[in-house]
Amino acid sequence: MAPTGGRRSGYSRRAQYNIFTGYIVAGVGALIGAILLALSFFQPTLFGGLRGAANDGVSPATETAATVRTGSKSFYDALNGYYRAGSKNAALKREMELARIKLAEADAVRQENARLKGLLELQEDEVKPVAVARLVGSSSASTRRFAYVGAGSDDGVTVGMPVRSPRGVVGRILETGSDSARVLLLTDSESILPVRRAKDEVVAFAEGRGDSMLRIKLINLGINPLKKGDMFVTSGAGGYYRPGIAVAIVAEITDDGALARIVSDPAATDYVTVEPIFEGEAVEALATPIERELTD
Amino acid sequence: MERMNPRSRSDAYGSRINRSHSTIIATFIPWASILIGSFLPIFAIATALPMVPPLGFLMLIGWRLVRPGMLPVWAGLPLGLFDDLFNGQPFGYSMATWSLAMIAVEMIETRFPWRSFWQDWMTAAMLLLVYLIGGWLLSGAQPTIHSLIALGPQLVLSILIFPVLARLISRLDQLRLRRWRVVG
Repeated sequence: MAPTGGRRSGYSRRAQYNIFTGYIVAGVGALIGAILLALSFFQPTLFGGLRGAANDGVSPATETAATVRTGSKSFYDALNGYYRAGSKNAALKREMELARIKLAEADAVRQENARLKGLLELQEDEVKPVAVARLVGSSSASTRRFAYVGAGSDDGVTVGMPVRSPRGVVGRILETGSDSARVLLLTDSESILPVRRAKDEVVAFAEGRGDSMLRIKLINLGINPLKKGDMFVTSGAGGYYRPGIAVAIVAEITDDGALARIVSDPAATDYVTVEPIFEGEAVEALATPIERELTD
Repeated sequence: MERMNPRSRSDAYGSRINRSHSTIIATFIPWASILIGSFLPIFAIATALPMVPPLGFLMLIGWRLVRPGMLPVWAGLPLGLFDDLFNGQPFGYSMATWSLAMIAVEMIETRFPWRSFWQDWMTAAMLLLVYLIGGWLLSGAQPTIHSLIALGPQLVLSILIFPVLARLISRLDQLRLRRWRVVG
């Protein structure tokens, strides 16, 4: 391609100054960007308001796109269902029979649970979700794993609230706008979640690796008791998440724990619920320095 | 008498008689297409891996390389500010990198005034490599080797999509220079 003559300004003073100013402004732009970048490293929440407002602005569009996406996905699911319908049907019937038996057993266990809890005088009130919303968007071009939900501070969503889908934990609210909020997904490399193995009391931390896997780090080191296919659920430690929500399934054993795949892939999720923080007081207590006393 | 060809007085940009370019459209299309590129990735499903190419950045260097001399050198400043609102990186990352990329392309252009498309593609690939690895380093999280490996597919996809976007941009450029305005 032929070079453009735009840079050769000739004798015109005005053109010379224009080009010179362009370079200066570009340099200043890089400098301002670098300063803002440094600022947002030390104060990550500093520009949250700006971003929140921007996302509120586009949320009607993202909301519509999310609706269409879910619609087309269920259409493909319906088409898929026809493929080998007969054999699938038979398999499902078998599974259904087994599930019915399991369900009856679970009923018995639930009854016993209620009785035992009654004996212990434990009270368990139903958790009411703060908001039910769609996952409307994501920072899909960035290394960081964020998603956006279509509910914000107008719906009572605050920073720190856990976000879950019917399958399991999705993440945690990081910033709120007035009707959208940013969610830190489990797979983000800054996300750490206390978990335990579903069938016993092996406790661990589930850390995001930033490449779609979670690293399960056991707290008690020793002989690694994990096996492929082990299910991890939230332990309730830390106070943010209710205990017993599904998090991940072990896919690969490592020296100090395992690599696990998340149960609730955000790509396959449409509606999520934002739940209140499990033990708000505990979270506050953890955030308070030891030197200061907790007040009511 | 034979009838004259009705298109004999028009070129790729439409009729040359009685028509003129629209200044508004000519300036609006490039800036708007970059802004749209900036916020398109948030519509994509929330995948567990970063997969979608940084479309805003690709559109910026696309316009700069396909149509040199049209975007001013300082275009990275306002466009980067807008991109920062949506990209998920720490605020200010796009402002800094987009400005630096514009200056870098300017320097490359001074060094190699006559270029073919392959060289432009090469330039774009280099800039993308630096941009994505910079984004990995300055994401605000601890950079791990695993998230670096996870960057691979996105980088390859971004480099491969550049020719497609270059074509799209040249089409937009034709649209931009159509003679929309009726004179007189």
